[in-house]
Amino acid sequence: MSTVAVHDHGVAHHDEHGHEHHHNETFVSKYIFSMDHKMIGKQFLITGITMAVIAMILSILFRIQLAYPDKTFPLLTTLLGHFAPNGRISTEFYLSLVTIHGTIMVFFVLTAGLSGTFANLLIPLQIGARDMASPFMNMLSYWFFFLASVVMLSSFFVQSGPASGGWTIYPPLSALPKAMPGSGEGMTLWLISMVLFVASSLMGGINYVSTILNMRTKGMDLWKMPLTIWALFLTAVLGILAFPVLVAGVVLLIFDRSFGTSFYLSDIVLNGVQQPYEGGSPILFQHLFWFLGHPEVYIVIMPAMGISSEIMSVNSRKPIFGYHAMVYSLIGITVLSFIVWGHHMFVTGMNPFLGGVFMITTLIIAVPSAVKTFNWLATLWRGNIRFTPAMLFAIGMVSFFISGGLTGIFLGNAALDINLHDTYFVVAHFHLVMGSAAIFGMLAGVYHWFPKMFGRLMDEKLGYLHFWLTFIGAYLVFFPMHFMGLDGVPRRYYAFTEFASMQKWLTINTFITWAAIMAALAQVAFLYNFVVSIFAGKKTTQNPWESNTLEWTTPVEHLHGNWPGEIPTVYRWPYDYSKPGAEEDFIPQTVPFSQTMSSNLPHDFEDNPAGLAELNRFKSTLKAEEKVK
Amino acid sequence: MMASIQKNPDRLDFEPKKFNMWIFIFTSFMFFAALTSGFIVYSGGKGHGLNVIMPSAFMYSTAVIILSSGTLFLAQRAVKRSQIGAQQLYLWLTFALGVAFFVIQVYAWSVLTYKMNVYLTDPNASRSFLYIFTGSHLLHIIAAILLLLSTLWGTYRKVPQARNLYKMQMTSIFWHFLGIIWIYLYVFLLLNQN
Repeated sequence: MSTVAVHDHGVAHHDEHGHEHHHNETFVSKYIFSMDHKMIGKQFLITGITMAVIAMILSILFRIQLAYPDKTFPLLTTLLGHFAPNGRISTEFYLSLVTIHGTIMVFFVLTAGLSGTFANLLIPLQIGARDMASPFMNMLSYWFFFLASVVMLSSFFVQSGPASGGWTIYPPLSALPKAMPGSGEGMTLWLISMVLFVASSLMGGINYVSTILNMRTKGMDLWKMPLTIWALFLTAVLGILAFPVLVAGVVLLIFDRSFGTSFYLSDIVLNGVQQPYEGGSPILFQHLFWFLGHPEVYIVIMPAMGISSEIMSVNSRKPIFGYHAMVYSLIGITVLSFIVWGHHMFVTGMNPFLGGVFMITTLIIAVPSAVKTFNWLATLWRGNIRFTPAMLFAIGMVSFFISGGLTGIFLGNAALDINLHDTYFVVAHFHLVMGSAAIFGMLAGVYHWFPKMFGRLMDEKLGYLHFWLTFIGAYLVFFPMHFMGLDGVPRRYYAFTEFASMQKWLTINTFITWAAIMAALAQVAFLYNFVVSIFAGKKTTQNPWESNTLEWTTPVEHLHGNWPGEIPTVYRWPYDYSKPGAEEDFIPQTVPFSQTMSSNLPHDFEDNPAGLAELNRFKSTLKAEEKVK
Repeated sequence: MMASIQKNPDRLDFEPKKFNMWIFIFTSFMFFAALTSGFIVYSGGKGHGLNVIMPSAFMYSTAVIILSSGTLFLAQRAVKRSQIGAQQLYLWLTFALGVAFFVIQVYAWSVLTYKMNVYLTDPNASRSFLYIFTGSHLLHIIAAILLLLSTLWGTYRKVPQARNLYKMQMTSIFWHFLGIIWIYLYVFLLLNQN
């Protein structure tokens, strides 16, 4: 009796079957309320891509305003109605566009779309588990995310428009519904959406951590895990520690908005009327927000780092350079990310001594980041590189991480930040280092694991076209912004070129907009490739990239429980590529050392004296045979 | 098939789910840590002290919640000895104490509001924090009571012993944690009442 109880699936169905095949799946249980981690991963990916396309269209809309502040486009009025009267985007709607673009990209695409997709797909497959710790909670995680997306987008359909206080929603602007149109219903919907989103993130993250720590297959100790798993694990830990703090901040904000408290409000005069709020501190919100907000940028970038590490090792046909250093640098970034939030607040009247402390911790992050960068470059060095689209995107991720990371060193300085804060320099910095880099990591992952998800390959030629147009486009868009920022051009302005001193930037704005339109059109190549390949792509083999990790030992056809028989046992780390003496240039994790005597090294037997003795005996036999010859 | 699965402890057993509960407790802890840190930043930065002597109701509610942890502990001991009747009795007792805690907290709010003139919308937000702390703790208590009732319901539906034990353990982790959080909040408020 107890056996049955131990093996039922927990919450949704109590029919007594302990085996892993579900023959009675309906359309709803397979494609909609699925509890299979692979399907949930695909749901996250497709929702994430949809949100990314929407956010991209929003960005093109505000880019048009920036490039042509004096022209009218009657089409915009047709499309957007009262948000774009007389053929021009209204000032309020411009701010909404910027806000919702940021919110969607940071949270819905690069947090849920990236972590949600690859954690769900890869964690059980790469550590050798049948599914997540709690498949039911995993399903809830997706549906909370879906609901959050719907609520966020529904704010485009309220009269006063979506939230418009920036993705950081600083009070007092966001706390006073009457402060501007975007602080009204749109802001309420934003807050509801984010609460749902955080619930989704936490349910997902709790599952990821628990699965990785408890459900690894035999032989899979922590130091045999692929770097993707390490990255996704530490990302989930960051989310678990950081998101509740955002909730705390948002709860107080909701009370200020709707219940008349004054946590963040003080001395407010609205439309000439003194408001009753007293004694609040808007800086308190910034502390709570950035305690999440800074770890959030690592939640965005670390999965991309893990994915790129894995893809670069596979496609360089070389072990990742400095595996342990890669893990320790991820851990270093995780720890440091919690003590740097003050660098977002250097100019809020912070005590300069405290600013100095935050500056030092911030600059220390350059150390683990540089360790990772050098290791990626060393992995490529003299590799037998296969330039698959996934590999190109992984290399592109490194490129953006370097060029965006360098400007982080400028911005991390409390003194330089006095000049640079709130300018386009900041916009350029984070769009390269976390925007473009994380998107490239995500796209690399999509190209690489597409065969695992859909059983078919994506078209390579379209992949190359997509890569080069996007790569060049992203640099053309964001690189000029550095110079605008150095010249003091402020971010988030509707028409800064009206200032006489900034008129000269109008031509650059036009150039950037056209580069953005080119990069946006390049995504059509991706979307076409993605959709068509799902149905008509070339069928894949079981291990198309000749990779070592466990997910490629599962059958191409998906089945609930992942492996038809027993879960394979793991004997070695995931990066035995091009090992001298091996028959092929890769040795999957499931191959025991006893089958690869010719390529074994003394180093492989550090904790295994019996194995080492066996290796020495093998070597002496070889020597003896050579002497005979 | 069964046999091979049993050898694989990684397959859909309760341990990872219990682990989920521990991690959830971490997130919950971070939430309360953030609120109390917010209090410190607010009252330290603005010079707004609380200046509220805690109503004695909080002392009674503290006693009640400690007592409820005790009865829950007895219920869990009963499960391990397979004494379903005793388990149900102690669970009902815990439930009653949980509801009593809830009622006393709400009573404390009425004392604060009507007798001591400490309001949620006080211009001194330190006092608003008082309501936020207790309110968000009470939301957790509601969740814990629902979890407790689900476990209790399971004992009447005669779920298998392993599952009963698992649900008891989940309930206990959460319940004891909420007791500890309340004590933390109460001590925090006592230390900051001036």
